[in-house]
Amino acid sequence: MIAYLTSFDDMQVMIPAINLQQVHKQYPNHTALLPTTFSIASGSFFALLGPNGAGKSTLINILSTITNKTSGKISVLGYDLDQQQAQAKLLMGVVPQEINLNIFETPIETLVNQAAYYGVNQKDAISRGQYLLEKLQLSEKQAAPIRTLSGGMKRRLMIARALIHQPKILILDEPTAGVDVEIRQRIWQFLKQENQNGLTILLTTHYLEEVEALCDDVAILKDGQLVHQSHVHSVLEQAKHQSIIVETHKPIKDLPNLSPCKVKQIKPHSLAIELPQSYSLNQLFKQLTQKNIIVTQVRQETNPVESLLLEIIQGKPA
Amino acid sequence: MMYRLQWIGFYGLVRKEIRRVFRIWIQTLVPSPITMTLYILVFGHVIGQKIGTIQQVSYMTFITPGLIMMPIITNSFANTISSFFGARFNKSIEELFVSPLSNHLIIIAFVIGSMTRGILNGLIVVTIIYFFNPITYHILWLAALIILLSSLLFSLLGLLNAIFAKKFDDLNVVLTFLLTPAIYLGGIFYEIHSLPPIWQAISRFNPLYYLIDAFRYSLINISTCPWQYSLKLLLILNFSAYMACYYCLSRGIRIKD
Repeated sequence: MIAYLTSFDDMQVMIPAINLQQVHKQYPNHTALLPTTFSIASGSFFALLGPNGAGKSTLINILSTITNKTSGKISVLGYDLDQQQAQAKLLMGVVPQEINLNIFETPIETLVNQAAYYGVNQKDAISRGQYLLEKLQLSEKQAAPIRTLSGGMKRRLMIARALIHQPKILILDEPTAGVDVEIRQRIWQFLKQENQNGLTILLTTHYLEEVEALCDDVAILKDGQLVHQSHVHSVLEQAKHQSIIVETHKPIKDLPNLSPCKVKQIKPHSLAIELPQSYSLNQLFKQLTQKNIIVTQVRQETNPVESLLLEIIQGKPA
Repeated sequence: MMYRLQWIGFYGLVRKEIRRVFRIWIQTLVPSPITMTLYILVFGHVIGQKIGTIQQVSYMTFITPGLIMMPIITNSFANTISSFFGARFNKSIEELFVSPLSNHLIIIAFVIGSMTRGILNGLIVVTIIYFFNPITYHILWLAALIILLSSLLFSLLGLLNAIFAKKFDDLNVVLTFLLTPAIYLGGIFYEIHSLPPIWQAISRFNPLYYLIDAFRYSLINISTCPWQYSLKLLLILNFSAYMACYYCLSRGIRIKD
């Protein structure tokens, strides 16, 4: 299988990892996805965003063939998902939104069974499984029944399961939902590393800092329709303003004039400051110092991706 | 390349299904032999001695083919139900359908797991019966063929039940209201000719009657209809059940949106 997959390496540069042409899903009572066309470049880390019910999971399920599309064409690294389904499926690993592990198995059993479905023999599956469990800090639990694992461990195991056959594309449907901050950071780190090693990743998430930290490209779905697609860095560059919150040493009695920034007092020790894109943090701190305001902490109020998403969803600036 | 991949996937799924049978052996391999031992004691010995002979064989000998067939049928049926519906319930079945493994191989792998359980139960019951009554055979290959085809048929029917079940309660409906009456009205414990004419006519619509009758013929050379007819019926039913399973999985019925 490895030889089979590596024969795609040269082609990957030219062929999009995933190409959707007018993909549409109609249920008897509602439209889950209007005809949608877009591509995901090979090697990219692609975020699919949108509010609940926007059609993200429908799209992911269509890609993973769990949902039958009503019409449209999908190709995976050049393989037609309808006509060459086995070849296309072999190139993808899927982490669904819901935890769907067999709780009576152990992590290593789950990985070995999953590997077999993709043609990986038992010996290779065990060594690859052990490697992935180690990378995802699950080695100690490899022989424990899955029912004894925590939610975060199960999420990581699902990622390991999706990667056991060394796919070229990883599809993640909210992989860090309900996971604590530390484990989320570990998952991010792991995914970033896998992406740097050439894995194309399609991610849906509600954590927008995840998108900012990890993703190259972003697409936004609203009411089953693709309403925006761009590079994350261009979203960051195009952000009209950034909002920060500063914590001050002493309580603020009179709201300072920090023109051209807009200032709002949240708490006695907290100010929300909106900076124009052209205005630097250094200039802001200079003004604060001149006004004898000592800053003890700074944090971002909203990130640019969040602002963009809110603008699109609500149809107005955040 | 794809053939090798499919073979490894198929082997992996078969291995998983067979391991499951042995992992939960208290549920899969113990109950039927206990039930059958009770049947042998109560019907074969206590009641059987009072009944005497049927068609010149002892009552115990007469019911032996049915007692062997009963655990094979019920266990083959129950195994695909619990294994497939369990995987559907915790959604781990999605991993199979996301993988490149073909639907034919998925069906066959589940069926092999169930046939393993069904036939193992049959062998355990044969061993138990052997201690009470000598087991003879008339046509060994026919007995083996009928066991295989019966186990296959009820594994496939169990799979269909598991595909269509929406909740755990639905799993028992077919077993309780269709399969159990069909087993008891299939002529395990009596000759069909001893029934009133109307029940004889109804019994002829019961497929279990034919497979028990043919199996009885293969072991003790007693039958009420030609075994060739029963064999053809079994083949047709197996083909129909397989095609129904394949259609359901290909269309993703109750699995895909």
